[in-house]
Amino acid sequence: MSAPVKENPVNKYLRMERMPSIWCPGCGIGTTVNCFARALDESKIPLDNLAVVSGIGCTGRVAGYLNVDSFHTTHGRAIPFATGLQLARPDLKVVVYSGDGDLSAIGGNHFIHAARRNADLLVVMVNNFTYGMTGGQVTPTTFRPAIASTTPYGAFEETFNMPMLADSCGAVYVARWTAYHVKQLAKSMAEAINKRGFRFIEIAAPCPTLYLRRNKLGEGLDEMKFYKEKSVIRHGVDTREVALDYRKEITVGKFVDRERPTLEDAMDQRYKEALGKKYVPYVSPGAAKSQA
Amino acid sequence: MSNATSSGTLTGSHYLDGDHACSEGAIAAGCRFAAGYPITPSTEVVERLSQRFPLVGGRFLQFEDELAASIALLGGAWGGAKACTVTSGPGFSLMMEHLGLAAITETPCVFFDVQRAGPSTGLPTQPAQGDMMQARFGSHGDYRIIALCPNSPQECFDLTIEAFNMAEEYRVPVLVMLDEVVGHMTEKVVIPDQKDIKVTERRWTKKPPGEFKLFAPAEGSLVPEMVKPGDGYRIHVTGLTHDERGYPKMTVPEHEKMQMRLWNKIVLNSDKIVKYEAKDLDDAEVVVVSYGITSRIAERAIQQARAQGAKVGSFRLITAWPFPEKEILQLSKKVKAFVVPELNLGQMVLEVQRIVEGRCKTIPVPHVGGTVHDPQVITNAILGAVR
Amino acid sequence: MTTASPAPKKDKKFQGIVVVNRENCKGCGFCVEFCPLHCLELEKGYNAKGYHPPVLAKPELCNGCDMCGLMCPDFSIYGYREKLEQAA
Repeated sequence: MSAPVKENPVNKYLRMERMPSIWCPGCGIGTTVNCFARALDESKIPLDNLAVVSGIGCTGRVAGYLNVDSFHTTHGRAIPFATGLQLARPDLKVVVYSGDGDLSAIGGNHFIHAARRNADLLVVMVNNFTYGMTGGQVTPTTFRPAIASTTPYGAFEETFNMPMLADSCGAVYVARWTAYHVKQLAKSMAEAINKRGFRFIEIAAPCPTLYLRRNKLGEGLDEMKFYKEKSVIRHGVDTREVALDYRKEITVGKFVDRERPTLEDAMDQRYKEALGKKYVPYVSPGAAKSQA
Repeated sequence: MSNATSSGTLTGSHYLDGDHACSEGAIAAGCRFAAGYPITPSTEVVERLSQRFPLVGGRFLQFEDELAASIALLGGAWGGAKACTVTSGPGFSLMMEHLGLAAITETPCVFFDVQRAGPSTGLPTQPAQGDMMQARFGSHGDYRIIALCPNSPQECFDLTIEAFNMAEEYRVPVLVMLDEVVGHMTEKVVIPDQKDIKVTERRWTKKPPGEFKLFAPAEGSLVPEMVKPGDGYRIHVTGLTHDERGYPKMTVPEHEKMQMRLWNKIVLNSDKIVKYEAKDLDDAEVVVVSYGITSRIAERAIQQARAQGAKVGSFRLITAWPFPEKEILQLSKKVKAFVVPELNLGQMVLEVQRIVEGRCKTIPVPHVGGTVHDPQVITNAILGAVR
Repeated sequence: MTTASPAPKKDKKFQGIVVVNRENCKGCGFCVEFCPLHCLELEKGYNAKGYHPPVLAKPELCNGCDMCGLMCPDFSIYGYREKLEQAA
């Protein structure tokens, strides 16, 4: 039989020299990264071919901890950076890993356009219902009447139903899980990473220091138990029905899985049709290695 | 459009406007990725790129706004392509955050700003030179960039190639600051054979993964070499203050180290970067400092002043940033006055004043923009300075 | 609500092993709670940061499923199974 595994098998996906992470005890982001590492294992994609782009915030720090070519960009703009990177390098697999405030508020416009275009990106959104890094402000996913530092009397706005938003803009893969659903999440990520087009996975996760503490919802572990208790798996359900609400049922599962031409495919197709032989297709600089 | 060589370069003699000359310059420089958003009077640059790129193996996408375009540009650049974006005043303001990101991450890329009268929506179809200080200080924090000012469609072509070359040489964002008149004026542009165009390729490292550090200066240089994702280097690029590996390291000593290297990268290489065109300085008592379209008007004004006996020379900024400090300093010791006409209420003149330090007079000739100076106004300023 | 832990099998062919990185652990307790066989406990001792890392309190029950590893937000625990040498 093989010799005992001395090292944690996820270590090769991480920049171990930078551990422990800055994430709080009980924060769910690390768990989602753990699932992502398993998904990479299962999907067998060469790690050199993966690029991860994140925005700003606690989830934005994911790029810095993954042992892949990674880009920690500006707040809300991970998606257009990733779109540019993917267009310039169709040979890479590009994943956007960012938070709810980053992707749905300041990055909202880019989110809907990338979905509309079917940009070939996997967008992983960790939704901890707050802007954690800056001290727990309200985001477009913070439920009424939760307390946040900029809604000290409770939030009062309608929230985004992010899976529905993604679906209505044309995303080809839409799923939601929580940080508790580690096996399903890893499987979903593995499935999504090998698909083409705009793929979106929302992951509800605990923010013990801010969202949970301010709303007296306990520790990270309490929230994980809440996810276990309140989640209902409904694969294929209409995304209009999966809106979340404060302390109510959480619909999880894979809601959308379809095909349509990606941004690149559409671009290519149009040029071929319009230009015929005169079309000179783009050649990725990835073909030639950096070292001359 | 004919005679395009297989490399895409439109070799030959053409009658092009400044905007279009920029597009051709980009193609000749090897740019094959562009991200854009329409804004008057720059739109023609991306229109031409969108038309030409599919014929030369390039990729252009019009994004949803300048915020997206300015960072998609960085994505394309990091992917390994030579990349550019194009805008005017209001879009330039939106792009500032990503100009800063490009500066701190040392991303080689080119931003075109075809200046129009501001502030805000201003006069969309009319010229100004009101973004010159913004080019230098528009993003937050301390950083250095390079900015070039063409004054003709031919220069639009030539300086665009220069811009891409400098971007690669110094791993820095380079700005090409046109104005609406230069952008929309049509003149002869001669495009040489590709083999006669000097193009700087990206300084790919020869060091293997593990040894190479993305933000450590190369031997004998202040500029790090480059790699691209997919080659096994597992790079990390962040807008946070970072160490030589690129990992966030947010301490004061590390910030100082990073900042000073980025600063010195441009400042200590100024001699190689600074470009200007000087005429008749030997016996000049007054020197007209100008750039962009104003330099064309100033030519006429200088002619008129000379015809009236004034000993006036011309100093045309080709690089507005870094500013030609040494040259202006030397001149300030022997001339009576600098006359600085600009299509703004005084921007580059502040630099002249700063360097001159009162050694001689500095006479601004401001203009709110919307149109170019009446040469007589500049002539009068020169004659006034000579007296 | 508690679940009685299953009794250890007498003729088991595999042994679950759990490795804990005590210093990186932040004591969140996910692994302890979600171990399907309830083999883990937070130790009485603590690491340099003051957190109580987990310890395999009931090693005979562990089957190396690595649920603890998958749950851990700090990559500080993982489990695997090792084949046992069988007596003839």
